[in-house]
Amino acid sequence: MASFAPEILATVGTFPITNTVVHTLVVDSLLISISLYVSRTIKTIPSFFQNTVESILESVLNLTDSIAHSAAQYIFPYVMSFFLFILTANLTSLLPGFGTIGFYEDVEGKKELIPILRGATSDINVTFALALVSVLATHMLSIKLTGIKDYVSRFFSLNPINLFVGMLELVSEITKVLSLSFRLFGNIFAGEFTLATVSKLFAFLFPLPFLLLETIVGLVQSLVFAILTLVFMAILTTPHHPQHEEVIHT
Amino acid sequence: MSITITGGLIMAIGGIIPAFTIGLIGAKAMEAIGRNPEAAGRILPPMLLGMAFAEAIAIYSLILAFTK
Repeated sequence: MASFAPEILATVGTFPITNTVVHTLVVDSLLISISLYVSRTIKTIPSFFQNTVESILESVLNLTDSIAHSAAQYIFPYVMSFFLFILTANLTSLLPGFGTIGFYEDVEGKKELIPILRGATSDINVTFALALVSVLATHMLSIKLTGIKDYVSRFFSLNPINLFVGMLELVSEITKVLSLSFRLFGNIFAGEFTLATVSKLFAFLFPLPFLLLETIVGLVQSLVFAILTLVFMAILTTPHHPQHEEVIHT
Repeated sequence: MSITITGGLIMAIGGIIPAFTIGLIGAKAMEAIGRNPEAAGRILPPMLLGMAFAEAIAIYSLILAFTK
């Protein structure tokens, strides 16, 4: 339970299938089947299920619109899919059976439980991949919406002060990946660890408030990841006006 | 033994400022709700977001404490 690395269940070729990969696939198939079902059975007079999905989508779309304005239609799919994936992964990893049902295996002479399912976001590889996708998509959207010239002028400039600021921007792009991934991973992993410790102390009723806390943490962290992605994308897709252009205009 | 001490120290020192910050955010939110009780629903989500950002600093030190 206390190990950072996910437990390996089987290997296909050289690719290890870990318990977090299994959970990622479960979450993916859940989300894909729900979205396929909703998009196939869409009606003018919505059913209860369609209504629920629409209200969730609409609230996030309104938030995106209020922050990103004209670029909202490009940004919204990323924000929504990050939010849904992380929320589903966080909440389903609190279900009973995660980290407890598995089989015993001899690891260095000791018998250890290898759980079949483990929360996807409690694996640094998953959160790091999510953060990488988020930052790379931000840069691609920036090139697509503001043009390559404007994009490059954000980081490199002939003005020495702007060049220095651009270098700082470049460094902040790297720290963005680290902070996004560590924030999500740390919160969920710490939550898992807390729940395991508390359940060891006293198994009945006592872990309940902690479970409630972890539910809130899972919701808030998925919201934080989505909103940060949204804000980064909104900042990088607004055209960057270099100083000399403004001088020409005035 | 030294492992326990370093991990504990990282967590203890790294937890000071985030704990203080979360307390500050909570206190200010309570103050705001006290001034305007009807706005409690609107104050709560930004407060939780701010707390999540402050908590992230403590989480970084938690990861460092585990990995040393």
